[in-house]
Order: sequence, then structure tokens, then C-alpha cells
Amino acid sequence: MTPQMTFPDWYTPLAQATNVLIDRLVVLHGDQAEQASNTFLRVLVWMEQGLRALPPWLMIGASATLAATLAKRWVLGAMVAAGLWVIGALGQWDAAMQSLALMFCAIVCCLLFGLPLGVACANLPRVRAVLLPLLDLMQTIPIFVYLLPIAMLLGLGKVPALLATVIYAMAPVIRLTDLGIRQVDAAALEAARSFGAHPWQLLVDVQLPLAGPTILQGINQTTLLALSMVVVASMIGARGVGETVLLGLQRNDLGMGLVGGIVICILAILLDRTLQGAGTRWQAKDPRQGQWSPLRGTR
Amino acid sequence: MEPATRDALRLSVLEIRSLTTVFGPNPARALRSLRSGASDEQIAASGHVIALRDINLRICEGEIFVLMGPSGSGKSTLVRHCNRLIAQTDGQVLVQGLDLATQSPSALRALRRTQISMVFQAFGLLPHRTVLDNVAFGLELQGLAVRERRARAMTIIEQVGLEGWELRMPAELSGGMRQRVGLARALCVETPIVLMDEPFAALDPVIRELLQNDLLELQRRFGKTFVFITHDVDEAIRLGSRIGILDKGRLLQVGTPLEIILNPVSPTVAGFVRHVNRSRAIPLSAAIEPRAGDDRRPPSERSVEERSVDLLLDAQQPLEDVLPHLLVSTNRVGIQQDGQFLGLVSRQRVSELLRGPG
Repeated sequence: MTPQMTFPDWYTPLAQATNVLIDRLVVLHGDQAEQASNTFLRVLVWMEQGLRALPPWLMIGASATLAATLAKRWVLGAMVAAGLWVIGALGQWDAAMQSLALMFCAIVCCLLFGLPLGVACANLPRVRAVLLPLLDLMQTIPIFVYLLPIAMLLGLGKVPALLATVIYAMAPVIRLTDLGIRQVDAAALEAARSFGAHPWQLLVDVQLPLAGPTILQGINQTTLLALSMVVVASMIGARGVGETVLLGLQRNDLGMGLVGGIVICILAILLDRTLQGAGTRWQAKDPRQGQWSPLRGTR
Repeated sequence: MEPATRDALRLSVLEIRSLTTVFGPNPARALRSLRSGASDEQIAASGHVIALRDINLRICEGEIFVLMGPSGSGKSTLVRHCNRLIAQTDGQVLVQGLDLATQSPSALRALRRTQISMVFQAFGLLPHRTVLDNVAFGLELQGLAVRERRARAMTIIEQVGLEGWELRMPAELSGGMRQRVGLARALCVETPIVLMDEPFAALDPVIRELLQNDLLELQRRFGKTFVFITHDVDEAIRLGSRIGILDKGRLLQVGTPLEIILNPVSPTVAGFVRHVNRSRAIPLSAAIEPRAGDDRRPPSERSVEERSVDLLLDAQQPLEDVLPHLLVSTNRVGIQQDGQFLGLVSRQRVSELLRGPG
């Protein structure tokens, strides 16, 4: 880039500093990064092997039952069973299980960090002021900008894919947890306070249950974003359905690409319907449905 | 004993001392400029609102203290200082002698759990809990076991007439029923002080009167203290031991219902009580014929007067009870209290009382 008269040259120092920093990180902390990475890898591999070792009929049965119970709709159970069966018939069973394992790990990480951050965001204005711009950044910065340094630091494979997925998918669960809690009926919160509720009791008895449907929306969004990362994840060496799509593109094998696309689509629809169903039931004013809450169980 | 001394001897359970509250980005600074003589417009221009100014109030044990005033006068804000849902900018709030501002968070929670409960205009029920578990919420926070708190909640639910609804969710209830859930929740914890922010506004007249009677009963039987907000003058007069009139954050007048009706300190206060049904609100004791040297008259003369009356009414009966009798021009109506003759009803006085000031 040629420096121009009108502008100072900030490109060179920024780019150079970044490169130096990444190089030093890789040289100095590469080992620790790899150790941490290996821990995650063990969990991921364990989960993946578990899912793949499961007989498909058991997996189909269990998923269908879970979906049907969560959403209280038997049609959805049938849909899940049919969808998974189609995935198997398309020869993508193993790939789908690999992708699901990666996704589940990513979602668990997102919830583990995202829910507390969302709660902090809603209750502490300062945390909010710092976190929201950071979330904007996470959502707008092109994935490839952070994919490369992550790959340099952790090498290629499942763990960098997991990290990239978590960064990309975490924002909605934080945002919607924050929103849900801030939208909680002020009178209910005030009443609970007036009866001497501890802040912790306010959170568990009032804020979280009342924000539940919104938080579930956030989890839904996070899940779909995590799923949409499978192709990118496969670029840095994660196996799974993304790989099918990627290979299809690289070999100009449109049929293969289409199969991968269909499988991702099916997974997305099934996950979305199940979570939406659970959310709608939670929101329902109908008493027989309203009593149910995943946090406290049926009472 | 003079009423003033009697009041001083009674235990004041709630005391508010020169309380001022300013809302805005920097209340302390706004308060300083207010003290140094800034006008309301200047305060408003700096983005602050003076919610309450220099409120002094003592509420005695066993009293139903009614707060009245137009919307935005600071009633709800004032009542929220009594359990520190809102913190004052200046001044003190003492609950049973304890300064709320100096309480630790856990001491304040303990106070809210055991000493002071509240009923909210917007109900503030937990939508994910049944009526029963909403009512038992305060007891749950007190740490009672499930079985015991539900049993106690059930008794109160029956008392407010919601039996059969205890396993429903709040969303299934009408506004009036939800308010009764809120009321039951506040009564269930059996605190000596209950704050009530327009609790009966959403209720139909029948239920309202029922609950008003319950309230009076609770006050008489258990000596509970109530701070009660209402828009309804007749309700204020019916329930209030004393009434405080708030306007634009100032406490204009505090007094018994009769004092407020008969001697409003300003046209604003008079405006509030203008629509009072005076014939029902004023007792006959206010209409005794004034006579010079009343006490010095010999008993014999009084008994002559007493024998001459056509009808004897009790001093606590409202004016409306005497009106039909006064329509017969020759009727002489006497007033008695505890079997003692107090004097005759003055037609002139009745007419003045009914017409009111201005």
C-alpha cells in the first residue's frame, strides 16, 4: 500500500504489530495453547465417538422422544425421526454425528459463558457498556480474520473449529438473556424485593423464569449460528457435514455439495422446530402448559 | 388527656423526618442547588425532578394512615421509602426506631421479611407460579417449609374469597382476583406494618367493601398498621384513622378525616374533599347547638332540655341520619354519647356543615 499525502500511514505499524504479536504468541505460548487445546479435544472426541457408537435406531428414537416431550407435539417427534432417517439414507450419518458433536460442545461453551455474561449485562450497566460493543465486533468481524490466528495458535483440527464457532455463535444468547431479564415485569421484581428477596433469589425465582422464553430464543439463535459454521469449521480441519459440502465444492461435484447442503438444512430445521416448540410452550398462557418450566420441572 | 399528648405516647412505628427525594442524574447536586434557592424551573432544566420535599410524618401503631393526592403527587414514591424500595436523597426513615439508611443489606431484607409487607397497584405477581405459591412467596422467603407455608397460605386465600382458585395461574384470574392474591400475599407474612399502593382500585364495589371491612377488622383485632394509598375520597374517609394530603411532593395537611373535611388548610386540600358525601362523612357530634357557658349550666336545666326532645340520636351517627327528622319543622333532636345527653342538633350548624366552606 503506497502512503498518500493526505493520510498518515497507520497500516504498516498496525499490521506489523499484529503479526509480531501473533508470532510471539505462537512461539511463547504455543505449548500451553496446545495443552489447553488437547483437553478440549479429548471431550470433543469422546462426545463424537459416543454419538457415532450409538446405534442409529436408538439415536433416532431418543431424539424423536426428546423433541416430542420438549414441544409436547407428537408430529414433531415424527418429523425428527423422518429427518434423521433421511440423513442416514443420504449416507451422511457419521458426518452428521461429527457435526452434532462439535455443535453441542460449542453450544455448551456458549451457554456456560453466555448465560452468566447475559445476566451480568442486564444487572450491571458497566459490564453492559463494555460487552455490547464487543458483541457487535464479534458479530461483524469476518470469520476469516480470526480463523487464521486461531489456526496458527492451536493448529488445524477440531479445537480451533470449536473456538471459532463459539466466538461466532455466542452473541445471541448474551444479547437475548440481557434483553429478557431487562424486560421482566418491574412490578414482579419490585414485589419480590419488597418481601425481602436476596439478589440471588431474585435471579432464580423471578428474573430467569420470567425471561425464560426470551433466553430460549437466544439459545435457538445460537444453535442455528453454530450450525451455520460447520462449513467454515471444516475449512480448518473439523470433520463432518461441512466437509461434505467443502469437498463437493472443491471437486466441482455439485451432487455431493447438494447432499451436504440438504443434511445441514435438515439438522437446522429439526433443531429450530424443537427449540421453538419448547419456547412457545413456555410462553403459553394456558395453565396446563404454563406450569411447566425447564428450570423447576413440572409442579 | 389532650389528643396531642395521647398521640405522642402511642408508639410511632413509622417515622419520616425531613425527607426529600430528587430523581435525576445527580440528586445530591440538585438538592444543594434547591437548598441554595434555585427555582423549580432551574432544577427541572438540569434534568431533575423533586419527587418529595421536606416530608415529616409519624405513623402510630394500629393506625390506618391514608395517603391521598393527584397522580404524580408522590404518594407511591413516599410509600416506597417506608421499605426502602426507593432511597431518599435527604432525611430519615425510621421503622420501629430503626433508621433504614443505616441497615445492612441483610438486616434490611430481614426487616422486609418480618416487619413490613406491601400490596402493589400493578399486582406484581409471579406469572409462573400458582396462586397458592404466589401467596406463600413471602413465607418461602422467611424460610418456612413447603407444607407449612402452603397451609398458612390456604387460610388467607379462603379469607380473601379465592378458595377453589389456588391451583390456577395468575393469568387466568381477573384483575380484581389478582389484586386479592397480592393482598393475601401481603397478609400471609403477618407483618405488623402493611403498605398498600391503591390496593382496591381494580375491585368491584361489593368485594371492595368486603375487603375494606377485613382491613378494619385486621386493624382492630391485631393492631396492624396500614399505610394506604387511594384516589377515592370516600374510601379514605371510611378507612383512615388519619389522612395525609400530598400535592407536588409536599405534604399539605395531615389530620383525621373530620379535620380535613371541616378545616382544610388550603383551597387545594378543600378541592380534594369537595366531592365528599358530607352528610355521610360528618358525625352528629359536629352539629351540637353551640351555647355559651355550656358546661356551667346546672344539670337540672339540661335534663329539662333532654326531656323536651322528640328523638335522641348517637353522636357517632352521620348527619344523614338526622336529615329526615329535621324536615318536620317542630322536631327537636337530641344528641347523646354513652348514655349521656350532649345537647340539641342545631339546624343552623347542620346547614353550614352540609354546605361546606365556600
